[in-house]
Amino acid sequence: MLKILKYVAAAIAAGLPAGAAFAAWEVNMPVGVTELSREIHGLHMLIFWVCVVIAVLVFSVMIYSIVKFRRSKGAVPATWDHSTKVEVVWTVIPIAILVGMAVPAAETLIKIEDMRDSELTVKVTGYQWQWHYDYLDKGVSFFSRLDRKSDAARQLRSGIDPRTVENYLLEVDNRFVVPVDTKVRVLLTSGDVVHAWWVPEFGLKKDAFPGFITELWFRATRTGVFRGQCAELCGYDHGFMPIVVEVKSKEDFEAWLQEQQATTGTPAAQTAAAPATSQLETDAALTVARAE
Amino acid sequence: MSTVHTHVDTHVHDAHDHGPAKGWRRWVFATNHKDIGTMYLLFSLAMFFVGGVMALIIRAELFQPGLQLVDPMFFNSMTTMHALVMIFGAVMPAFVGLANWMIPLQIGAPDMALPRMNNFSFWILPFAFTLLLSTLFVEGGAPASGWTMYPPLSLQTGPAFPMSIFAIHLMGASSIMGAINVIVTIMNMRAPGMTLLKMPLFTWGWLITAYLIIAVMPVLAGAVTMLLTDHFFGTTFFSAAGGGDPVMYQHIFWFFGHPEVYIMILPAFGVISEIIPTFSRKRLFGYDAMVYAIASIAFLSFIVWAHHMFTVGMPLAGQMFFMLATMLIAVPTGVKVFNWAATMYKGSLTFEPPMLFALAFVFLFTIGGFSGLMLAIAPADFQYHDTYFVVAHFHYVLVPGAVFAIMAAVYFWLPKWTGRMYNMKLAKTHFWLSAIFVNVLFFPQHFLGLAGMPRRIPDYSTQFADWNMVSSIGAFGFGFAQILFLIVILQSIRGRSGVKATDKVWDDGMPQGLEWTLSSPPPYHSFEVAPEVK
Repeated sequence: MLKILKYVAAAIAAGLPAGAAFAAWEVNMPVGVTELSREIHGLHMLIFWVCVVIAVLVFSVMIYSIVKFRRSKGAVPATWDHSTKVEVVWTVIPIAILVGMAVPAAETLIKIEDMRDSELTVKVTGYQWQWHYDYLDKGVSFFSRLDRKSDAARQLRSGIDPRTVENYLLEVDNRFVVPVDTKVRVLLTSGDVVHAWWVPEFGLKKDAFPGFITELWFRATRTGVFRGQCAELCGYDHGFMPIVVEVKSKEDFEAWLQEQQATTGTPAAQTAAAPATSQLETDAALTVARAE
Repeated sequence: MSTVHTHVDTHVHDAHDHGPAKGWRRWVFATNHKDIGTMYLLFSLAMFFVGGVMALIIRAELFQPGLQLVDPMFFNSMTTMHALVMIFGAVMPAFVGLANWMIPLQIGAPDMALPRMNNFSFWILPFAFTLLLSTLFVEGGAPASGWTMYPPLSLQTGPAFPMSIFAIHLMGASSIMGAINVIVTIMNMRAPGMTLLKMPLFTWGWLITAYLIIAVMPVLAGAVTMLLTDHFFGTTFFSAAGGGDPVMYQHIFWFFGHPEVYIMILPAFGVISEIIPTFSRKRLFGYDAMVYAIASIAFLSFIVWAHHMFTVGMPLAGQMFFMLATMLIAVPTGVKVFNWAATMYKGSLTFEPPMLFALAFVFLFTIGGFSGLMLAIAPADFQYHDTYFVVAHFHYVLVPGAVFAIMAAVYFWLPKWTGRMYNMKLAKTHFWLSAIFVNVLFFPQHFLGLAGMPRRIPDYSTQFADWNMVSSIGAFGFGFAQILFLIVILQSIRGRSGVKATDKVWDDGMPQGLEWTLSSPPPYHSFEVAPEVK
């Protein structure tokens, strides 16, 4: 029986397109596709099970008391009201558990903050409400915004069923392309308000501030398309600025990069930049109008 | 707390006894702590429904993917206003109302120490909330940058901006006055013999809360004032263009914001510590430890604020410190939960509505505590931050946490206030509907967050549709169940429900505080001669 279940699960997993690890009724965090995301998932499961064990213990005592010590069953209350011994025990044991938890968490944190030896650096700028990707020293940069199909369907009372739109709200016009097995450093900043760049399969999110640079890194260990969203409230269309990362093999990435460079450096932007710029101007005008 | 023996001469106060003023003067010029407490409680009940309607608008829009009802800006206004109304309008005034009613009764004082300031601190609130709610009708709509009002986004708010900031200033002033009153009352007006470590835990929880309020409300006022001058007077506290820093706002805000979280939960701890011993017929386990646990939690609340902002790119050492300090909070919080469980152990339990709500509090607040511990783990927080996991976490500590504690307190003391028992059957129905639907509402939000749904979005990708629908069904169930709460209270106030309450109300052995030595309802002026506590 277990074996059959395993095969079924494997078949379902194989049937999923790359990056579509999300399923309906999903209840847990994705394991993800980077070394950091796997460690983070491990920490998440560890602390989760620690909590479950403590919960079972505490709730058992409470449920036992609720069932056993009822006045309706003739329970007579005890008269004691403290016990230094048990109080010391249940102060010390949690401290020990926390120390046990803190050590692996601190180790992972140190890895997350280690930005050294990156092989590709991309500056990512958040705007209301799109992202701009700039491959530093490669002469490639472009805007990335919600694709047209999602944009049409998400209008108020659009009459379009979101379920008919593939990757509804999680598709962009120009994807952020990176090579597999490469330490990619992302420098984050913003052109207006605070945004946050987040791809769940990569395990990390980081805020983007106007006038400041924050950074994160990831090394994807398999190719595929991975989707995320802006994770810091950034105004009207906060819910509509997705992030789509396409992890390609190193050769495919080089080919993609050269193709981009060949078409005047910012090719994807040729189509996107024009509407994007006008969008920015409109936003600026809106902001001014609001300020007045 | 040791057993309280009192000698109340019930005839002593008819010499200059006077009842309440007639008509509207009784309320507008109120200086009686019971009247002011009642007004606070009714005000917070009204705000609970206003904030609840906003929550239902949010959940209705999120019932299915696509935008069906409201545009994104109004949606953002709803999340912002829901939070402000519930925090500053419902939960905090409810606890101030309980403090007004119960602290003088619990410590054997005739009234609050500063009755006119008491009047002022209440009457500010209707004006503050009229101002805040009127922003819904101004050009550009109500504030929509989240209750945290992070700049630069909050600086894009229209005419609602100065109005909401002035409203927040008013609410802060009201809270500070309430807190001063609580501290002065407890420090100066305790009955002879009532040492600090004999005070009931509700009073203890409030004393520490009051210090937190005085410490952090001015910080919030400072933060929003800097927003105001950045917006109107050309300062650049939070703008890099002028040498400022938007992250500094977040530090200042959360230096207020984290203690604020405990301002909403410490009085709840006090309430639960009163109710569980009463209905277990056994003294609270580890009274001293409970007091020290509240004090430790209050202290820790000042050194953990940046766990709300692990994603801003703090230095590694900073992240380490805030992670470890935050994890420490689990220790005193654990002590509290263990002590409640130990109080029930070998007790003699009955399950009247206050006990039901208190038990649900312990179970469900603990779940909120666990998700809080998970959020403390900084690396994992990089995934959880700003997702529905966080929404689930803080709603677990605030709704089946703080709000259930308020409901437990109301069901506990309502017969004392009105002199009549309420409709137990209806109250129990209210409990079961609330307890079931609150989980249907918030538990799936853990799943949504872990699966990758950011918070504060009006529309979502289709893989989040199923749990969102479940959550919305829970929301409407929970919302409509609260109408029963209203009915129970109104029936009890109008004296239409049930038998007259005895002085002890619940049981002849427990409860033991001074409030139970008075008649139900207590005389308009109580403890004119201080009782003696041995």
